[in-house]
Amino acid sequence: MIKNKNLISITDFTKDEYLKILRIAADFEKNPNQKLLNDHVVASLFFEPSTRTRLSFETAANRLGARVIGFSDSGSTSVKKGESLKDTIIMVSSYADIIVMRHPKDGAARWASEVSSVPVINAGDGANQHPTQCMLDLYSIMQTQGTLDNLNIAFVGDLKYGRTVHSLVQAMCNFNATFHLVSPEELKLPSSVKMHIKNSKLTYHQYTDLNEVIPNVDIIYMTRIQRERFSDPMEYEKVKNSYILKRSMLQNVKDNLKILHPLPRVNEISEDVDNMKEAFYFKQAENGVYVRQALLASILGVKE
Amino acid sequence: MDKDKRQLNVSAIKDGTVIDHIPVNNVFKVIRILDLENKNNQMLFGDNLESKKYGRKGLIKVQNAYFTEEEINKIALVAPTATIIEIKDFNVTAKRDVQVPDEIYNLVKCINPNCITNIEQIPTRFNVVDKQNMKLQCHYCEKFTDKDNIDFL
Ligand SMILES: [Zn+2]
Repeated sequence: MIKNKNLISITDFTKDEYLKILRIAADFEKNPNQKLLNDHVVASLFFEPSTRTRLSFETAANRLGARVIGFSDSGSTSVKKGESLKDTIIMVSSYADIIVMRHPKDGAARWASEVSSVPVINAGDGANQHPTQCMLDLYSIMQTQGTLDNLNIAFVGDLKYGRTVHSLVQAMCNFNATFHLVSPEELKLPSSVKMHIKNSKLTYHQYTDLNEVIPNVDIIYMTRIQRERFSDPMEYEKVKNSYILKRSMLQNVKDNLKILHPLPRVNEISEDVDNMKEAFYFKQAENGVYVRQALLASILGVKE
Repeated sequence: MDKDKRQLNVSAIKDGTVIDHIPVNNVFKVIRILDLENKNNQMLFGDNLESKKYGRKGLIKVQNAYFTEEEINKIALVAPTATIIEIKDFNVTAKRDVQVPDEIYNLVKCINPNCITNIEQIPTRFNVVDKQNMKLQCHYCEKFTDKDNIDFL
């Protein structure tokens, strides 16, 4: 039963529940305007700004006919005056039917779900979790490959700090994936995440050269490498150009290859890739709306 | 003088609990975890005592106090080797070991400075993911705290 569930961490939903959300999302993609939440209020609480995620959630709520209340930056609210998260959540949960929240501190969403009287969807808590991003990634993989099973996925860039990578690796461990991990030495996937792969009896391969994996994979999941992640700025200068995906690198690829990116992109995918049939990142962002519609509607119990 | 007579003499209690085989230097932590500072029971404690089993040990005797299993299991973090001996009328009536609990509630600080529990007044919660090595996972931020980094609230 997804009704009344919180979605804080990707492990809060079972594999079957994920698949169910993906099916419902596909239905919303066919027919996005379904006014199922006419008499509902969705609270959108962004304690730190994240324009893309907020717009995606609010579009989803609007397409379902819900009214949206909230704030896009805690700077202008009582939070700034020192109100505790607990008090804010108790108050808002007495107004709204569901809370979508983004917060700069790790664990804030879990705590909110424990004091809220209505379900909470985590739209990102610090460096911890961002489960709806993971679900839209799964939806995009499913859509482009026709299945989630037995795929070869390359994760490229900052695999150490990229929380979207950690969640997606963990989720894909349910689907017999083979993982190709491409990163500079300093930004390799943490051992705690590799542990999930090992515990699932799956295989991963590590590379520093992006060109090596391109011909063999079904999905390339690109992420941004940030200068501030390097202890030695010289290291950054050395590697910064090695993880940029260019049109010229994509001449010999599998037919079904698709390129994903959680966005925003800076320069890690050059713009000459955008109009190739492999580029899927803008459609991936659009998919976020359908997945969030599916989540809002299922958790509020208006769609099975 | 023979060896036995040189040992610190900790007198017997009539009714109460003896917590034996506490690792050296952790006696005060056990006192804190069991909140003995705020109780009015008579209490004796010793540290660096000789132990046949462990070389050196700490020990606490509390008069007229008994502890639930839940209370005792809280000391697993600092005294996994402890033995709990209940005494009634100078006789040992029960003896048990400490069991590492599945969850540690409001006892340990989260190692992650960005964790919400370090920002707001929230009771901490950890799942014990590895009982052998006392590896804890924060229920909120999901970060791991190893045995060596355990810091009490
Ligand atoms: Zn924590």
